[in-house]
Amino acid sequence: MSEAAETRTRHPARGAGLAALLPRRNTRTRRPPGAPQMGPIVPAASIASRSLTMVVAIMSFLACLTLGAVTLVRDASRDWQNDVTRELTIQIRPVDGIDADQEAAKAASIAAAQPGVASARALEQWENAKLLEPWIGSGLELTDLPIPRLVVVTLDAPDAVDLSALSARLAAEVRGASLDDHRTWSDRLKTMANATVIVGFSILGLVFVATVLSVVFATRGAMASNDDVVSVLTLVGAEPRFVAREFQRHFLLLGLRGGLAGAIGAALLFALLSLTIGRSFATPESDQVSALFGQFAIGPTGYVGAVAIAFLIAVMTAVTSRITVYRAIAGGI
Amino acid sequence: MSGNQTRGPRPVFALFGWQGADERRENRVIVNRSLTARGESRGVCEGGGSGVIRFENVGLRYGMGPEVLRDLNLRIDPRSFQFLTGPSGAGKTTLLRLLFLALKPTRGLITVFGRDTATLPKADLPALRRRIGVVYQDFRLLDHLTTFENVALPLRVLGREESSYRADVVELLKWVGLGDRMHAYPPVLSGGEKQRAAIARALIGQPEILLADEPTGNVDPPLAKRLLRLFIELNRLGTSVVIATHDIGLMNQFDARRLVLHEGRLTIYE
Repeated sequence: MSEAAETRTRHPARGAGLAALLPRRNTRTRRPPGAPQMGPIVPAASIASRSLTMVVAIMSFLACLTLGAVTLVRDASRDWQNDVTRELTIQIRPVDGIDADQEAAKAASIAAAQPGVASARALEQWENAKLLEPWIGSGLELTDLPIPRLVVVTLDAPDAVDLSALSARLAAEVRGASLDDHRTWSDRLKTMANATVIVGFSILGLVFVATVLSVVFATRGAMASNDDVVSVLTLVGAEPRFVAREFQRHFLLLGLRGGLAGAIGAALLFALLSLTIGRSFATPESDQVSALFGQFAIGPTGYVGAVAIAFLIAVMTAVTSRITVYRAIAGGI
Repeated sequence: MSGNQTRGPRPVFALFGWQGADERRENRVIVNRSLTARGESRGVCEGGGSGVIRFENVGLRYGMGPEVLRDLNLRIDPRSFQFLTGPSGAGKTTLLRLLFLALKPTRGLITVFGRDTATLPKADLPALRRRIGVVYQDFRLLDHLTTFENVALPLRVLGREESSYRADVVELLKWVGLGDRMHAYPPVLSGGEKQRAAIARALIGQPEILLADEPTGNVDPPLAKRLLRLFIELNRLGTSVVIATHDIGLMNQFDARRLVLHEGRLTIYE
């Protein structure tokens, strides 16, 4: 090595500095005013990260929409069940020689005396006629026909009513009376409502799984375009922790942006729907719709859930990028 | 190993932290401390008998293929200068990758700064890598960062404030002749400018050893000559230098140790 060392001591450029050997240009030491701050280590915008934002926004929108729909259906089914179980009907078949109207009044007074009953009212003749109108037409004299009388009983505390006692008392005291507690209907409706809610939650689950998978894969896709950044950072001696933190921060922001965009979109849609459906009240169609879906209002659960979904998706994006960084670094030496 | 005592004045470097022996010593102390803090001794320090990097009977194969490198015995001393040469495909880049810890040997012992790479915990790798400067054949600059930011990257990943190293980076950029290109992005740099930016990035952390893979492969002979002088100057300031090249003309310009790879075997001409 001494030979090489000798060559070095003879070298003409010694001491002059390499700058003298390299082309001299108009150098400046200061960053010009207005020059950008240090650029982010993770490239701010790439095609992959833009499409990731889109995927995150769309999936978050769909998940929020599903969540909203499921809460809506659940609330509606609860309302149906409540409405149905809050009403009873007593039917009095006409029996020869007995005044059905009188029996109906008696049944009404018996029912009204029961605990948990709000009111009991025998339907008037004209009301019966109206109910039958679709089948037998209007303008008929019904007094001659053996039409059963109906007593509508509304309950304020369905659980407090002893249905079997009421039914036994009616059978004993009122001739031709039978109690219809709508149980067949209500059971069928309950089954249907439960099934709807279960299907809704299953769909919500599937949408969540699809969201997780697509966000994870889109994040990994976006990370693949950053492989070079990860390997250069590692080779210049960056700690894996540092690299992971940089990517995690970038992807958390990206996920938040996408997630919130989707959630806000879904919330706006719900607000718009409940507004338009609320507006068209007092039309027969809207009455039917509100009978089915209740007030079409997404409760606080829906809105809180939407925000929660947005944050969940953002965190998922960030964690996926972190795991990908650690995997990429571990793949090296 | 005696030629380095006679150093001339270094007006330019005086601005850049090379004189920065103080700072450099500080860095080492930090590294030392962090290593010993884990209850490990650093083994032989630089200047000791084992050199900066030592290979003993090192062999490497990719997968189940034949051995690409066979029975390498090699010692790179502190403040030494060597060319690594050999025909294309002889394994120069592979050997360099072994040197900068991007590959593990399939057999044999590699000691880097006195530490056996086979038993090295992964957590210690970044600290060791920071003591090795690498100039890649394809530069590996990040296109979304300016020249300044690319060169500053090794310091930035340490979590240091920009203000603490800006002057050093500017000085170094001027030293390699990129003073007026520091706000340009790599895609608009010429091949020679990228090369110099890559060299500056390798040097900014004041490494103890510099590994350069075909650093003159993309530049014309005059610039190649200037780059070689840059490496020589750097070596004179105390950094070990390994230059992989197959440019005989370049090697003939400077009389230094030659490591010649041929069919996976290494011959050393002192």
